[in-house]
Amino acid sequence: MANASPQNSNDELSDEPIPPMQQLLDNPFALLFLGVAMPTVLYIVWGVMEIVGIPIAK
Amino acid sequence: MAVNRMFRVCPATGFKVHEPAEALMKINAVTAVVALLVGGILALLVILTRWQTVHLLPADAFYMVLTAHGLNMLVFWIIFFEVAVLYFCGTVLLNSRLATPTFAWVAYALMLIGALVNNYAVMIRGDSSVMFTSYVPMGAHWSFYLGLILFAVGALIACFVFLGTLVVAKAERTYNGSVSLVTFGALTACIIAVFTIAAGAIILIPTFFWSIGLISHIDSLMYRTVWWGFGHSSQQINVSAHVAVWYAIAAIVFGAKPMSEKVSRGAFLLYILFLQLASAHHLLADPGLTSNWKIFNTSYAMYLAVLASMVHGLTVPGAIEVAQREKGFNKGLFEWLRKAPWGNPVFSGMFISLIGFGFLGGISGVMMGTEQLNLIIHNTIYVPGHFHATVVVGTTLAFMSLTYFVIPTIFRRELMFPGLAKWQPYLFGLGMSGFSLFMMGAGTLGVPRRHWDMSFAGALMQHEFPATAWLMMTLMAITGLVAIVGGAAYLLITVCSVFIGKKITTPGFKHISARDNAAAPVSLPNVVVPSHGNIGTAGFVAPGTFVLAIGFLISFVLYYFVNWKYLSTVWPLN
Ligand code: HEM
Ligand SMILES: [Cu+2]
Repeated sequence: MANASPQNSNDELSDEPIPPMQQLLDNPFALLFLGVAMPTVLYIVWGVMEIVGIPIAK
Repeated sequence: MAVNRMFRVCPATGFKVHEPAEALMKINAVTAVVALLVGGILALLVILTRWQTVHLLPADAFYMVLTAHGLNMLVFWIIFFEVAVLYFCGTVLLNSRLATPTFAWVAYALMLIGALVNNYAVMIRGDSSVMFTSYVPMGAHWSFYLGLILFAVGALIACFVFLGTLVVAKAERTYNGSVSLVTFGALTACIIAVFTIAAGAIILIPTFFWSIGLISHIDSLMYRTVWWGFGHSSQQINVSAHVAVWYAIAAIVFGAKPMSEKVSRGAFLLYILFLQLASAHHLLADPGLTSNWKIFNTSYAMYLAVLASMVHGLTVPGAIEVAQREKGFNKGLFEWLRKAPWGNPVFSGMFISLIGFGFLGGISGVMMGTEQLNLIIHNTIYVPGHFHATVVVGTTLAFMSLTYFVIPTIFRRELMFPGLAKWQPYLFGLGMSGFSLFMMGAGTLGVPRRHWDMSFAGALMQHEFPATAWLMMTLMAITGLVAIVGGAAYLLITVCSVFIGKKITTPGFKHISARDNAAAPVSLPNVVVPSHGNIGTAGFVAPGTFVLAIGFLISFVLYYFVNWKYLSTVWPLN
């Protein structure tokens, strides 16, 4: 597990294109973006908008 | 700037270890263990108070100790240890150097100061017994919030040191192809940590200003919503980290390869996308937020994350089963499991962690995360029952078992008291499992959490709990004490081994530069390349794991429906 497995250790030598999913998984910053954007939009922003929308009692 | 490239090769594993990274792993791990010691002593006091026969502490001391227990355990022990795990996965597993040891030391210093300042507010000033959730408008001393903020900034820097290390490793080509699965799990933990810390900052910084009088009002629902983006997500850092540890231990002990890298990585991706949304389950009983928001975040999103946990919970034992069968333990359904090294705490701890997390933590978590069922147990002691199953049996025990591997390899010391070490995971893991179950039992009968006196002596409003609830609380205390003995054994073994254990010396100590040895493959001992020859039965390579999975589903379905039935009786719906 410490090293890449033999099948993919020489992927730079082979001509096969790297599948898009693998490209995504190999890109830590794209994953970071997704992992922060999803909960920010669906949990925080949506939640805060609902709270702000609660009418204030007179 | 000169870059420190000192490496040594670990004679036991063949790992290349960057020495500045090693020093950082050590200091973070040692600090974590100190926090565990403090939290453990506090746990003893908490349990001796909730055990009504002893009822040790007066009310105000109880709430102070409970606050400090939560913080030292859930925040300081866990996160210091996780930083050590991140550095391990970023450097050792990738043959890389640590990106910026200086920043890593700054991160450590901030975290240490933050932890000290926060403990000072809670335990020395004694005016900040607000529980680790610190809901406004209940206010703590400003140093309480400041401590947490400093700690969080430190942890955030540590996350970026880890990300930087991934960049360095890629640029210096210290590995080929994709990072290892364990490192990928650590990356998942790191990503969740970044969101967690950001949410914490968004809410704790204004609360800090509120505590010094610069802001006049913080809305309590707003606080709870954003705070749980921090409080819940931090638990998901733990889940990702301990799942990574499970994979690592399966590889270390058995040379097991993940059954499918694709599936396992896909499951980690589901964590990155969906796990944090489940934060909403903490607000299921709050008015103000709509059911759309609640149900979207807890049901649809949460179930995808639960699915990912089930994938990990099956592929890890599945990988172990395949590795064992290939070694010849191929008889029947469970020979691979019976003949597993149950006397090796690295394995036994990890396996108890996996089973306990899945069966106790997982099933109870899905139950609680269902909006309607949540009402049965909301704010009862069921809740700490659930999270002691996840974060103590799951995460803490997984980290403990990893320590037994790390002491000889990173600390270069022989393990002391090996006989005790053999028993430690059982004492701690089984004690904690019982403890969690009895808490859940008492909670189902309505016993509240964070409550000093369940007899309500002298209270205006009285309530009589059924005798079974009292029995459950007593059993909880007894099993909790067993777990404390197990925790003390862990502390004794690790502290003695690290400081006075016999040194393991490396003859012919080697320093190698990362760049010179860029692609040098480092292999773990006895890694078996899967050929899946003639193993398994009835067309399954891992039939035992399949049976375990069926057992899990049956327990889950039964428990889930029993709770719906129960719900119909606690609320007079006729
Ligand atoms: C042998 C070990 C432990 C024992 C006996 C123990 C016992 C307890 C008890 C009795 C409570 C109080 C429940 C209540 O009245 O609400 C509690 C709360 C808590 N424990 Fe533990 N615990 C242990 C280890 C841990 C660990 C390792 C962690 C985290 C990694 C942890 C995290 C917490 C948290 C977060 C709370 C909630 C505090 C609050 O309600 O604010 N505990 N524990
Ligand atoms: Cu949660």
